[in-house]
Order: sequence, then C-alpha cells, then structure tokens
Amino acid sequence: MNEVAADIKLSCRHVWKVYAADASPYFKGEVDSADATELSTRMRADGAIPAAVDVSFDVQVGEIFVIMGLSGSGKSTVVRCLSRLVEPTHGEILLNGEDLLKKSDKELIDIRRHDMGMVFQNFGLMPHLSVFDNIAFPLSLQGVPMAEQVEKVRRVIDLVGLEGRETSYPRQLSGGQQQRVGIARSLAVEPELWFLDEPFSALDPLIRRQMQDEFLRIQRTLQKSIVFITHDFLEALKIADRMMIMRDGMVVQVGTPAELIVNPADDYVAEFTEDVPLVRVLKATDVLDPEQSPTSTMPERDSACCVEELLPLLSRHKQGIVATQDGVPIGVVTATSVITALAHEDHGHGEDAAAVEEVLN
Amino acid sequence: MIRLRTIDWVWLGLIAMTLVFLALREPAAWLFTYPQDWVIPITPWLNVFMDWCVDNFGPFFRAFSAALDVPMAAIRDLLNWLPWSVTLALLTYIGYVVSGWRLALFTFLAILYMVVIGYWSESMNSLALVVISVPMAVAIGFGLGTLGFYSKRAERIISPTMDLLQTVPAFAYLLPILLLFGFGPVVGLIASVLYAFPPTVRNTMLGLAQVPGEVIEAGMMSGATPRQLFWRVRTPSALRQILLGVNQTTMAAFSMVIIASIIGGTADIGWEVLSTMRKAQFGESLLAGIVIALMAMVMDRITAAAATAEPGEPKINQSFLSRHRFLISVAALGFGIALLAQVIPLLTNYPEAWQVYPAQILNDGVSYLVVEYAAAINLIKTWAFFFAMLPVKMGLEQTITPFSWGFEFTGALKLLYAVAAVALALWAAFRHGLNRAIAIAFCATLLFFGLTRLPWPALLAMATLLSWQLGGMRLAIGTLAGLGFLVIAGVWPQTLLSIYLCGLAVLLSFVIGASLGVLASEFDGVSAFLRPINDTLQTMPLFVILIPFVMIFKIGEFTALLAIMAYAIVPAIRYSEHGLRNIPATVIEAATAVGCTRWQLLWRVKLPLALPVMMLGLNQTIMYGIAMLVIAALVGTNGLGQQVYIGLGDGDFGVGMVAGIGMAIIAIIADRLTQAWSKKRQEELGLSAEF
Repeated sequence: MNEVAADIKLSCRHVWKVYAADASPYFKGEVDSADATELSTRMRADGAIPAAVDVSFDVQVGEIFVIMGLSGSGKSTVVRCLSRLVEPTHGEILLNGEDLLKKSDKELIDIRRHDMGMVFQNFGLMPHLSVFDNIAFPLSLQGVPMAEQVEKVRRVIDLVGLEGRETSYPRQLSGGQQQRVGIARSLAVEPELWFLDEPFSALDPLIRRQMQDEFLRIQRTLQKSIVFITHDFLEALKIADRMMIMRDGMVVQVGTPAELIVNPADDYVAEFTEDVPLVRVLKATDVLDPEQSPTSTMPERDSACCVEELLPLLSRHKQGIVATQDGVPIGVVTATSVITALAHEDHGHGEDAAAVEEVLN
Repeated sequence: MIRLRTIDWVWLGLIAMTLVFLALREPAAWLFTYPQDWVIPITPWLNVFMDWCVDNFGPFFRAFSAALDVPMAAIRDLLNWLPWSVTLALLTYIGYVVSGWRLALFTFLAILYMVVIGYWSESMNSLALVVISVPMAVAIGFGLGTLGFYSKRAERIISPTMDLLQTVPAFAYLLPILLLFGFGPVVGLIASVLYAFPPTVRNTMLGLAQVPGEVIEAGMMSGATPRQLFWRVRTPSALRQILLGVNQTTMAAFSMVIIASIIGGTADIGWEVLSTMRKAQFGESLLAGIVIALMAMVMDRITAAAATAEPGEPKINQSFLSRHRFLISVAALGFGIALLAQVIPLLTNYPEAWQVYPAQILNDGVSYLVVEYAAAINLIKTWAFFFAMLPVKMGLEQTITPFSWGFEFTGALKLLYAVAAVALALWAAFRHGLNRAIAIAFCATLLFFGLTRLPWPALLAMATLLSWQLGGMRLAIGTLAGLGFLVIAGVWPQTLLSIYLCGLAVLLSFVIGASLGVLASEFDGVSAFLRPINDTLQTMPLFVILIPFVMIFKIGEFTALLAIMAYAIVPAIRYSEHGLRNIPATVIEAATAVGCTRWQLLWRVKLPLALPVMMLGLNQTIMYGIAMLVIAALVGTNGLGQQVYIGLGDGDFGVGMVAGIGMAIIAIIADRLTQAWSKKRQEELGLSAEF
C-alpha cells in the first residue's frame, strides 16, 4: 500500500493522535475509517483526548496545501505529526513514499536537517543569537563550513528582504521582521517540504497582508511543497492551491477554495464561506457556461482572472468572454453563468431555513 | 447580634484556658516550665550519632578536605602573589566590559580602598574562597537544576530540600562541617558551597522551564541532536535566568565565607571584623566592615550586570583576534601592568607609610558622640526597654513598677486594664467581626503576662489552631509537630526568647517599612531616596550591619533588635511599594472617576488591593529577621541563636544542631503561615473582583 504517485510529496494516511495514558488498546484490530467518529466519541467518553482523528490527505509537489480550522480543531497537532514534533499514535506518514514513522531518531534528525523547514506562529527565534546566527543556526548544527554558511544565509536574507539587519537581535526587530527571520531560517537548508504554522497570525492586519503577498512571491520563485496552517478563512482562500478544513480533530472537507465555496460539505463549512466576497474568489474557470462555445468576436481573458475583473467587460460584451489557459481557449463566461454561480451560493437563505427548522423542532 | 462559629468558641475557650492556667501558676508549675525529667535526650543522641560519623567516616572527609585544600591554597597564593595593581586593573576592566565606566570607576575605588586601608591580603584571602566556591556551587546547582528539570521525581525531592537548606541558619551549617572536615579554611569553603548552591538550582529549573515551546521546536526542526538541543538551544535561552541564580549564589557564598571566619584560622577580612569587634575596637571593625561591604557590592554589581548584559556584536566573519578580544585584552593588560610593577615596586607592594588607617579618629569620634549624647542614647535605650521590649517579654504585670513606669501596677489598675481590654474586644467584635476581637483579646493577655511566661500547652494549641484556620489540617499537624519537637527537646524557653526578639523586630520593621513603602509609592522622590539604601542593605553580609549599632549602643538585646530591624525592614519597604505601584491602572482610574480623594484612594482602594503582596513582604521580613537573629547572637541575645553559637564554640554538635533545627522549624512554620494567609486573601480578592 506504499505506492505513491510520483507527484505526491507527502501523504498523510489515517493519522491519529490521542492523548491518553495508553491509547494502544483503541488500535488493536484493523481500524476502519468508517468507524472513526464512533471511536473518537468512545475515546472522549473514556477521558482520552483525540486531537487528530483519522486524518488523511496528500500534498502534491509544488502546491500550497492549507489546513484551516479554529483553535482546538487539531490543525497544529497535524502539522506537528508531519514532522514528528508530536508522535502520531496511529497511521502512516509517507514522505517521498517512505514511512516517516519508521525512521530512527538519527534518520529523523537527518530528514529535518535537509528535507524540512518550519515557520512558527510566535517565530521561535533564539533570543541569544543575532539575525545572522539565527538563520545560520540549522547550518551550524550540521557543521557546514563558515564560508558556505555565509553564502547560504546571504541568499535567503536577500530573498526575504532583511539586508542590513544581520547583526540585530530578535528583540530589536518588529514582528514582521522577526517572522522574516523565521522564514529565512526555515529556508536556509533549502528544504523541499515547508511547514508554516500560522506564520502571520501574530502580526498586525496590514503587515499580515504584506507578508502574505511576499510569501506568494517567494513561493513563485522557489516552488516548495507547502503545508500552511491558518485559522483565517480569507487567508486560506488567498494562499491555498487546495485546502482542508478541520473540526474537532476530524477532516471536514478537502478541495480547492472554489470547490469549498461552491459546494460546502456541511453547514460548518458553509458558515465560513458566508462573508466571502464571491466575486473575488471565483475565477473565470469556476464560472464557465457549459452551453456556450467560443466565437471569434468574444474578448479573451486568462482563466485565472477573478470574476470581479470580468464584470465590467461582461457588461459590454453580452455574448460572453473566452477564458484561456496558456493562450488556449477552455470555455466561455457569460453573464448568465456568473449569476448562476453567485446565486447558487445563496447560503444565507439556507441558514435561515435551518434556523426556522430549529425553532420548529 | 454576633453569630459565634465553632472556631470562635474554640478560640475563646483557649484564651479562657490560658487565663485559668495563669491562675494556677503556683500549683501547676509544669504548665509554664516544661519539666526537665520529661525532656527527651535528643541532644546527647545527636552527639553519639555525630561521634559515630566522625569515627567511621572521619578519614574520608579529612582526605576530601585535604584534596580541596590544594586548589584553594593555589588560588589564595595566586591572588596574594599578583601585584595589587594587576588585580585592580583587571577587575576594573571587567567592570567596564560588563557594564561601563560607572561600574569600572566604582570597582576601581572600592579595590583601591582595600589597598590604601591596608587590608589587601585579608581581602584576597576572602576573595580566594569565593573564587573557588562559586564555580563549585554553580556546577552543583546547574547539575541538580537540570536533573530537576528533566525528572519530575527528582524535582519532588530537590525542591523541598532547597527550602530546608535555605532556612537553616548559616551558622548551623558550620558545626557538622567543622566536626567532619576539621579546622581550617576548607570548612568555610565547603560551608559556602553548601549554602550557596540552592539559588542556582532554583533558577536553572525555572530558566529551563521558561524556554518557549516554539524555540525548542525550532531547534528540533533545525535538526538538533538531543545534546545540541540542550547545549545550544535550552541552556543559552535560559542563560539570563541561570545567571541571575549565579548572582544570588555569589552573594550567598560571600556571605557564608564571612560568617565562616568565626571558626578562625582563615586570616581573612571576616575574621578581622570579628576579632576587632570582640576587642571592642569598633573603628577597626568598621574599616574592615567597609571592605566587606565594598566587596559585596562589587561582586553583586558585576555578576548582576553580566546576567543582564546585552549580547555584544555578533561574531560574523570576525578574525580570531577580534573574536577573542576580551581574553586577549585581559591577558595583555595583566601582563603589561605586571611588567610595569617589576619596574615600579610600589605597584607590587603598596608602601605601608602611605596607608591611611583612620581607626583611631573613628574611635575618638564615636567615643565623643557616645559621651556627648549619652543622655539621649540612654533615654532611647531605656524607653525601648521599658515600654516595648519588656512588656512583650515579661508582661506589664512584671514591667510596671515605680522604678520603670513611675507608678505601681495596683489591683485597681489591673482591673481597669482587664475591663478596658474586654471593652475593646467587644467593640471590635461588633464593629469588625470576631477575628479581630479575638486578636485583641490575645494581645491583651500577651501584654499583661508576657510571651515568655505564657503556658506552653496554650501556646501550642493556639499556634495549631491558627495554622488550621489559615492552611488546613496539614499545616496544623506540621505546626504542632514542629513546636512539639522544640518543647520535648527542652529548648522551649530559648525558642520563646527567639520568637519574642524576632517577633518584636519583625513587627516594628513591618510597621515602619510598610509606612515607608506607602510613602515611596506616593512620592517618587522618597522612592528614589530609599532605593539605593535598600540595595545596599540587601547586598550587605549580615555581619557588617551589626557594626554601627554595636558602636553606639554597645552589646545587648536592644542592639540586636535594631540590627535585625535594619535588615528586615528592606523587604517590608520593597514589597509594599511594589504592591501599591502595581495595582491595575483601570482600577485607579475607576476610583478617581467616582471622585476618590487621594487619601480615600490610598486607604479604600490601593491598600486593600496591595494587601496580598504586602503579606508576602511580611513573609520575607520574617525570613530576613530570622536570618539576622542568628548573627545577632554575636552581640548578646539569649535565644536559639545563642545556643547555635555556644554549640559552635564548644564543638557540641547536639546543642548547636537542635538549636539550628529549631530556628529552621520556626522559619518554616512562619513561612507557611504567612504564605497561607496571603493565598487566602488573594483568593478572597479574586472572588470579589469577579463581579
């Protein structure tokens, strides 16, 4: 069962993390995913805490995979299981097709030294080290020669825009700058897999947006495989290639942002999507009109354009706009298809209906 | 109408019982003096045990002592051999590096004082003990602290042991070490290591536990091995806290080095103070005492500055020279001045002719003062004696005579006193509740009969009841067992004398200190004035505080009282000011907004809210008082401190040990009681702050 498609970087399969004096009895026999909910209820009744319940997902090479959930949903536990900062109780974690949980301590240290980088919510900087020494820390632990350290640190310092601050100490920096140090440190060893645990949650809103943009810029050049944790739904939408919503340790839904918005798995997901300005989230590719085919009179736009950008154009070209991918037409966006997509998402109404139902019951 | 709870009935019953006992004074003498026949011979047992230890393990300890003597003698010889100018320059330079030119100047002047006054070799002998004991204490402390951090089970043993080690009076350490290791400076060394390592243990555990989880995780994700994680992530992140522990350890070590000179044979500065004090050469004593004070301040400032120092310029791409520039410049400076001293001899041996030793002038000055103001000094002494000390010790019944108070304590007056006391208690009962009424009734009884003449069963019962009320069953059992031990060991009279002296000193210090603290919290000027005084008093080895009081008031209980107060007042001031200044600003704003005057704000808002912190201050005041009590035995007191001192003088392990343990018991009970009280108040305030 260990075969993994070549484009899957990391695969998390039926991972459980249970805080209990001894959780092994729960996993004696074969654990069926269908029974996961029932099993976790039983654990809670016994006083054990199931922080991650049968979590499965894949991270593809070069994609940004966002895990979104409120505090206590188990997202931080999951990302720590992926690096074995927290030891999973049960399940498999495949990194490049090899089971991470079977690695010895020594192998694990080696993997952390070369293949993984991690950014923390409160930065996790060493207070006694300068910016330079903080960034060089993973390299110096490996005993990389000084000249090479200097060269590698320079490169990431340029990447995150910290030139000139090498000799400062963390407490002399603003929150945004401290997190740049954290990012630079996690990138210094050039890992392929990059974990970010709520990296921007401790920052002011304006700085947060700026950092998100910079993060996306960095990712465009580096093309890492990323697991990004956040509790902010809008941040998730902005950053994610695909995202996973968690609640009470369980996976609620996995999909692209648009899929989640258009087809929320349940009311819980729907509630998050409530205040989302759909015109900004939905892309041309999400609102194609299946009944129209491109004609030469229609204007062309890239399929990644968001609906908001298309609206003025649509008002002038009633017959529609051709969405293209790499210059090749893939479909037509029409006023009708946009309206259908937006109207389909009238979950405000759905919630009212649910509320009425609740009152009646 | 007042509702009496069971506990109130018990209290009233106890007070009534005490009065009945007092009426039975003649027929039932055993209630007042615990009969000698009932004493369990713990003292001789302890001596037998110690003899056995010395007989069986003596050679081992002596060998250990001899082994330690080698490095110690080496350091002492080195410090004595180094030209004074080299030591002066190096310490000044260190002061400059860790803090700046102010500390450098202070260090320079302090060391120069030791040279000019002519106490160079004595100072270096003391310094040698500190220089070797601090690294040992830090190594032990860091090791135990790390163990306590990693193992919960070890922590459960280490923490209470540290509590005990820090409450046993410093003197009591000396005795077993003396008997096991034999005479000589090594005793001082071992005692100072044992006395000084607990702060490093505590701060190491605290520092390691405080390292943020994300920093550890960041270290792990950087691929640190467990060893790298400890030495390159945990330890450096906790370093600041650990260094604060090193600062406290240094001060404790120095303090113990000074105290240890009491056993003699060290030719150090502590011995100089002690021997001159015994010969009533107070001028000499003061000059040597100043050396100790200066050494303490220099050590404190340098280690504290090193603990809080900002990290220097990072070492990126620096050459070997600039990376090790501190060590290189120290070596260069030392070497340069040593060479210079070869050419200019006075840099090696400070000429005796140039020494300034104004002891005689000081003595004359003090004599003049004491003679000129003899009347005033005597008045202060007698007043304190007749109106404060004796009533508490012997009771008004014995104190009021025509000779002391100017009138006879007749039957009618006694009746008047009783009626007034009852009336006051009743008024308090209606106005403030029963707790305060009972406190008043107890104080009235105490003042009438005197603490040392109260029946021991009643005191035991009251202390136990109070403990139960404040801290529950465990505390009550602990109190009863602790005090019971003191009774059956036959040291109850000495215990009462200690409690009387210390209690009075603590009470006065707390009242005065808290008032000063209130002033300091209201007026920044007062705060700025008191701060350096407090700092100085707190870093001062206890010995030194005695000197000025002995100079003026001579030997006696009053001098001891003042010395205890001078030391114990510091936490009372500090905690009161801290508590009052750290009340949430929103509360103050709210009170001001509803129209509080400054006076109302202080009495009705700030003081009640600051009370729990002030109680912690009281706790510290008591601890400081007890610590000083033992030292004050040197100037003539009759309590447990004196017993420790006697035990030390006679080499009587049992006597000294029982008294030492006795003081630790009193300290621990007082500590737990005040902590419990403060906690209770805090919880009450927490609840009342809810709505």
